[in-house]
Amino acid sequence: MSTAIAPAREAVRAAERAANARRRVSMGETFGQTLTMAWRALKKMRRNPEQFFDVALQPILFTAMFAFIFGGAIAGDVQSYLPLMIPGILAQTVLTTCMATGTQLREDMEKGVFDRFKSLPIARIAPLAGPMVADLLRYTIAATLTFGMGLVMGYRPGGGVLGVLAAILLAIITGWSLAWVFTWVGTIARSAQAVQGISMMILFPLTFLSNAFVPVETLPGWLATFVQVNPVSHLVTATRDLANSALVSGEVAWTLLACLIVIVIFAPLSVRSYKRHM
Amino acid sequence: MSIAELGRTGGRPALDDDAEPAVRAYGLVKTFGEHRAVDGIDLHVRRGEIFGVLGPNGAGKTTTLKMLATLLKIDAGRAEIFGVDVAGNPHVIRQLVGVTGQYASVDENLTARENLWLFGRLQGIAGARARHIATELLGQFGLEAAADKPIAQFSGGMRRRLDLAASLITRPPLIFLDEPTTGLDPRTRGQMWDTIRGLVADGCTVLLTTQYLDEADQLADRVAVIDHGRKVAEGTPDELKTAVGDSTLQLLLADPDEVPAAVEIVRRVLGSEPVLSPEHGRLNVALDQADLAADVLIALRTAGVSISSVSVAKPSLDEVFLALTGHETDGGNRNDTEESR
Repeated sequence: MSTAIAPAREAVRAAERAANARRRVSMGETFGQTLTMAWRALKKMRRNPEQFFDVALQPILFTAMFAFIFGGAIAGDVQSYLPLMIPGILAQTVLTTCMATGTQLREDMEKGVFDRFKSLPIARIAPLAGPMVADLLRYTIAATLTFGMGLVMGYRPGGGVLGVLAAILLAIITGWSLAWVFTWVGTIARSAQAVQGISMMILFPLTFLSNAFVPVETLPGWLATFVQVNPVSHLVTATRDLANSALVSGEVAWTLLACLIVIVIFAPLSVRSYKRHM
Repeated sequence: MSIAELGRTGGRPALDDDAEPAVRAYGLVKTFGEHRAVDGIDLHVRRGEIFGVLGPNGAGKTTTLKMLATLLKIDAGRAEIFGVDVAGNPHVIRQLVGVTGQYASVDENLTARENLWLFGRLQGIAGARARHIATELLGQFGLEAAADKPIAQFSGGMRRRLDLAASLITRPPLIFLDEPTTGLDPRTRGQMWDTIRGLVADGCTVLLTTQYLDEADQLADRVAVIDHGRKVAEGTPDELKTAVGDSTLQLLLADPDEVPAAVEIVRRVLGSEPVLSPEHGRLNVALDQADLAADVLIALRTAGVSISSVSVAKPSLDEVFLALTGHETDGGNRNDTEESR
């Protein structure tokens, strides 16, 4: 190790540095830093491929399981249940995937490298948003596998390739937006286990108290009311229309509106509680 | 020089009194619930010096550093770095200060080269230049061979070096080092000291915390001693050591009942007061010169006070502490509030 550090570069001039320092982070810088953070998250995924287990296994297992268990009871047979169920599994899978965002953020925040992120002159949102951008890859894998498994089991979506692609895209957008809820949970909870617990409590009512697996008409009135306002129901109906009949219904707009509301509320909340953590 | 005077002594004269100091802090306070981790600390760090903050675990060193680095909110008091208000301009402060924490704050999932590239990119350095700086720093810190290996395979010393390298990417004029050598073996420790001296030779100012008096002695131009969140003394390492003598004679008497007699003999021979250790029959005697140990021992032998063990040592942080605060460093038993994040 040499004693003189970087003799080639010019001497440090403190006063000049203080005078020329940027006062705040620009939008362009924030975007660049988020992408750099996404690069880091992708590297991490590549080096820990076990992170993909839940993303890969869940759509395959749940599609097969639910089709054979509920198919006969709800739709008469497995074949006629698939068009109803596949969009439901899609929503469930994407939600489970975004739940992992919170848990992993919490684990990540406990590591030393987050101390350095906090001490760097970067946008406070970048360490949160970066991994979420990388997660787009996981949503894509999960959504593609869900439809793939459906096709294997005999699902023939009436909406054609474009309808299915639109359904996948909508599911990815929704997953990314809802992930802000779990990111917020990740910044407020005390441990990764706590994040997991709280997230489960949010996740289960959202997926099962929706029209993802059963027709709303079969539910008692009070439950039907909740199911109808649940954003997951809107997502499921929208993706059903897209995948099964290539129909862009008003449900798409409702879903996107719900996503926007979630982002507007939970992104600032997450950044605020992340800042408080330091 | 008495201990009370020591607290007010400024050490060697500043070279650039008219320039804005690197750090100026008044009455810094940080409370965690009921506990006042930092309780009114003033700091004045001149440009181009190595300033040491010395104290036991839980004294408030890390908390002070974190407040100055914008990582913790300042509950009361005011701090400026190169004349910039810390609380009001956190983004500017983060561009002026490089922080190296107690635990290596690098990404375990990336290689050393990728880490340096990541931190460079995040701070707005273009890709090619970030790669160039990464290579340059890896070379300077002797990490070329391990540059593309996973950090998991790194030794403690390599991690610390990488961590320090990561703090230097943008060449910040002020560097904070939180216990830079805790847990390192002596050889690696010496290398780290050389590196830190190199930083100052390059024009940086360094503010470091340490638990070791010898580290402060080796590196720091001036030292502040911190205990229970308060500054108990400030001065050059030499001034601090003078408070406890050049070296210490440690005596363990065969018969603890003879302690009063031994104290009387020390008073007579040296004209100074020995420090009684809580351990039964043990006393520490501050010596201006190591030679004086012989005088004390001969006097004890003449008086028939028998000794079961004796040693002469450089004063430790414990002794400086005992002399400055009148109590032992009790870091081991105290809650390490400052360590919890």
